Amino acid sequence: MKSSVITFPGSNCDRDMDVALNKFGFKNKMVWHNDSELPKSDLVVLPGGFSYGDYLRCGSMASKSKIMKSVISFAKSGGMVMGICNGFQILVETGLVPGVLLRNKYLEFICKNVFVKIEDKNNSYFKNLEKNIFKFHIAHNEGNYFCTKDQLKEIEDNDQIAIYYCNKDGQTEEQFNPNGSIRNIAGILNKEKNVLGMMPHPERMIDLSLSGDDGALFFKNLINNIK
Amino acid sequence: MLVNEKIAIEHGLKKDEYKKICDLLKRTPNITELGIFSAMWNEHCSYKSSRLHLKKLPTKGKKVIQGPGENAGVIDIEDGDAIVFKIESHNHPSFIEPYQGAATGVGGIMRDVFTMGARPIANLNSIHFGSPQHKKTKNLLRGVVHGIGGYGNCMGVPTIAGQTSFDSSYNGNILVNAMTLGLVKKNKIFYSKAAGLNKPVIYVGSKTGRDGIHGASMASASFDDKIEEKKPTVQVGDPFTEKLLLEACLELMAGDSIIAIQDMGAAGLTSSSIEMASKGNLGIEINLNKVPCRETRMTPYEIMLSESQERMLIILENGKETIAKKIFDKWNLDFAIIGKTTNSKNIELFFDDEKVANIPVNTLVENSPMYDRKWKKAKIPKKNKIKNEIFNNLKIKDVLKKILSNPNICSKEWIWQQYDHTVMGDTIQKPGGDSGVVRVHGTEKAVAASVDSSAVYCWAHPLTGGKQVVAESWRNLISVGATPIAITNCLNFGSPENEENMGEFVECVEGIGEASKYLNYPVVSGNVSFYNQTKDVGIKPTPSIGGIGLIKNYKNVISMGFKEIDNSVLIIGKTEGHIDQSIFARTILDEKNGPPPEVNLFNEKNNGESLLNLIDKGYIKSAHDISLGGILTALSKMCIKGNKGIKLKRSKNLINEIEFLFAEDQGRYIIEIDPKDFKEVTKILNKNSVHHEEIGVIIEKDMIINKKTKVTIDELKSYNTNWLKNYMSS
Repeated sequence: MKSSVITFPGSNCDRDMDVALNKFGFKNKMVWHNDSELPKSDLVVLPGGFSYGDYLRCGSMASKSKIMKSVISFAKSGGMVMGICNGFQILVETGLVPGVLLRNKYLEFICKNVFVKIEDKNNSYFKNLEKNIFKFHIAHNEGNYFCTKDQLKEIEDNDQIAIYYCNKDGQTEEQFNPNGSIRNIAGILNKEKNVLGMMPHPERMIDLSLSGDDGALFFKNLINNIK
Repeated sequence: MLVNEKIAIEHGLKKDEYKKICDLLKRTPNITELGIFSAMWNEHCSYKSSRLHLKKLPTKGKKVIQGPGENAGVIDIEDGDAIVFKIESHNHPSFIEPYQGAATGVGGIMRDVFTMGARPIANLNSIHFGSPQHKKTKNLLRGVVHGIGGYGNCMGVPTIAGQTSFDSSYNGNILVNAMTLGLVKKNKIFYSKAAGLNKPVIYVGSKTGRDGIHGASMASASFDDKIEEKKPTVQVGDPFTEKLLLEACLELMAGDSIIAIQDMGAAGLTSSSIEMASKGNLGIEINLNKVPCRETRMTPYEIMLSESQERMLIILENGKETIAKKIFDKWNLDFAIIGKTTNSKNIELFFDDEKVANIPVNTLVENSPMYDRKWKKAKIPKKNKIKNEIFNNLKIKDVLKKILSNPNICSKEWIWQQYDHTVMGDTIQKPGGDSGVVRVHGTEKAVAASVDSSAVYCWAHPLTGGKQVVAESWRNLISVGATPIAITNCLNFGSPENEENMGEFVECVEGIGEASKYLNYPVVSGNVSFYNQTKDVGIKPTPSIGGIGLIKNYKNVISMGFKEIDNSVLIIGKTEGHIDQSIFARTILDEKNGPPPEVNLFNEKNNGESLLNLIDKGYIKSAHDISLGGILTALSKMCIKGNKGIKLKRSKNLINEIEFLFAEDQGRYIIEIDPKDFKEVTKILNKNSVHHEEIGVIIEKDMIINKKTKVTIDELKSYNTNWLKNYMSS
């Protein structure tokens, strides 16, 4: 299975994503933001970091960079595109997924382990996952997902809410929400379910003796789904 | 502008220093030259008050590849890998402008490390604030933490450990010490020594602006009522540009184009060009019209003294200009050939076809002033006698609550949750442990790093305090299973022109030297920050020690949380009941006098090495060094982290129970072992003559201290975790 990770100026989780994808069997290529052509890929990943220094607005400038034209047309033709953290912010800016990401509710960068819940597995990212509650890691300043009432109704009706923040038992009360996002949303799919944006970093949870391995479960499952 | 003595004094130079400049040049310097001298001869750059004493520190060792004198120290971690590391202060700017001051401190130290070819793999910091009640403290703390996070997070380098303290002596002068370690292949280390004639001198990175002019001079003076006026001397950081600069430099370093490289830190283009020329025993010629400037009509004086961030100076091999330019173009960074190396041994500057400065390099470096300042030796204070009835009137639970929620003991989660501590995917021990630990990417090895300071002990008796900080650093590394290798030090003191402050410096350095020599734990890099004072009042002497150790297999890292119910808990090292200068004495007895705990280096070494031996043999399930707050504080943290309780045994120790539980004697650790290994472990400890004592057994929940005293884990957590959060949100 072939994957591509895009490096924007200021990306800083690109290497971590490369390590994770290779570890679980992807043949990954790093792609420079200024290239115009996307290598043949089964999965394209927009990694975390601070593309263009988060200047103007997180993800805004990256969404206009040269390679993104190819990424957008790849996504529109049904290709799998996953944006993690800053990658999610970029996806929101391209309009590939609905909504916006605002500054965290308490106005502080937040780095910690959180529990997240995946309810709907009717998509190529999550189908066949054996459990619903995962321990993932978040590290962001702007992860407070927001959208209009109409949009919210639409994404709920279409089962586009990919991931919720919760506690270890899967309860999604507001107190388990680290950044104030609407409905405890941690990740969103597009209508067609081939584009996924999420704040948590599964690539930081791939080794039990380091931090945990729920990310490993996610990647192992993902490559099997794509095969 | 014509230069005279008055102008020289306005530049922070002393009368006799100005005279020395005129004598060395055999003429009056022009204003640009005077600016250059003042930048090179200030305390921050010249170490004129400290050099004499720093020479006494042990800097060599089997594992040392590069000691002090380069951008950072370098140590060998085997298999062709090396760690580059250094700690540096950014105290004065952080007090004036906390966000930018702290951010550029972090940026500066990372540049020091990647200048040597190493990719930064971890950041640490040691930050010290005034009393929590002081009106400035909260905003300074918030600004500094945001600044450290803002820069480090954007760079994608995890912040894995740190230290925060509060003391009224920092009310008018906070401390921000930032430390970075980087990973490099032993055969790909880059140095700042220029070599060869007519080699191109290259400027890369951000453009030069008018920010930070005379920053190093500002850091070499005391604060007064006019500090607000000094805001323009604080640099402004751009972590995004630094991230690009890091990637571009490492890309260029992968080839063979670079002869020498030096970052533009304190005193900017001045100190970087002069240091490279001085080390190579060469001259350097620069055309200042070629320097990329952010603002129009910048004068030679401003260009030379700007401390704009994210800039590097490189001496390239001839013919490599095109390859190098291509890389910097790719990363959208400025690239300019601004000069060349010469055999004149002078620094020669040109601007608008005129020679605007011509100074022999050695007058700026070797001939810079060096002072043997007067200093006063400190006496060991008399021990306090505390009556038994004072102890008997105290309830252990009340004391524990006060100590665990003390600002200097409580959990600093509010701080480190704002630092990305897991980016790069190699973090094993995150903040909150005895040391931070990161895996060496792609290997089985891990590197442990800690940062420590004990200003209260150093203030009470500088010599003992100096020894103690090194010993504590050594213990913190051993507690996670790392073999200590070397240290970097950041020496924060008051004015060297004050005999008592100077005495504190001299004796702390002596203590640091003695301990690091005995423990074979050499000093490979560091920095001195004097004039940490407002008007006449200096801070408590605060040497920060950053230690690095190696763990052969990352799967054997030890953490402090209790692991298994029914395991035995032992204390290594003897508890004598030293209460003076402890958190207990200060917060419960309100007693601020007395000597700090003694440091017995033989016991430190013996206890530490014996524990490492037990860790190697796989006997140790958890470990924690005993420091501030004594045994009960250490046990509380182990209970909290492991979410398990402990039932304490009645100690055979003859001292009062409170003294036993809260004393701060040195050289001690708490360890958890499987009861089946008890005999073997105690046999090894006995064989090595290590004092030890079983003090309890791990139970499911609650800390049962004695028949009358029980504390639940939830209580321990609430005592320990609430103070800082509440303080910052109030």
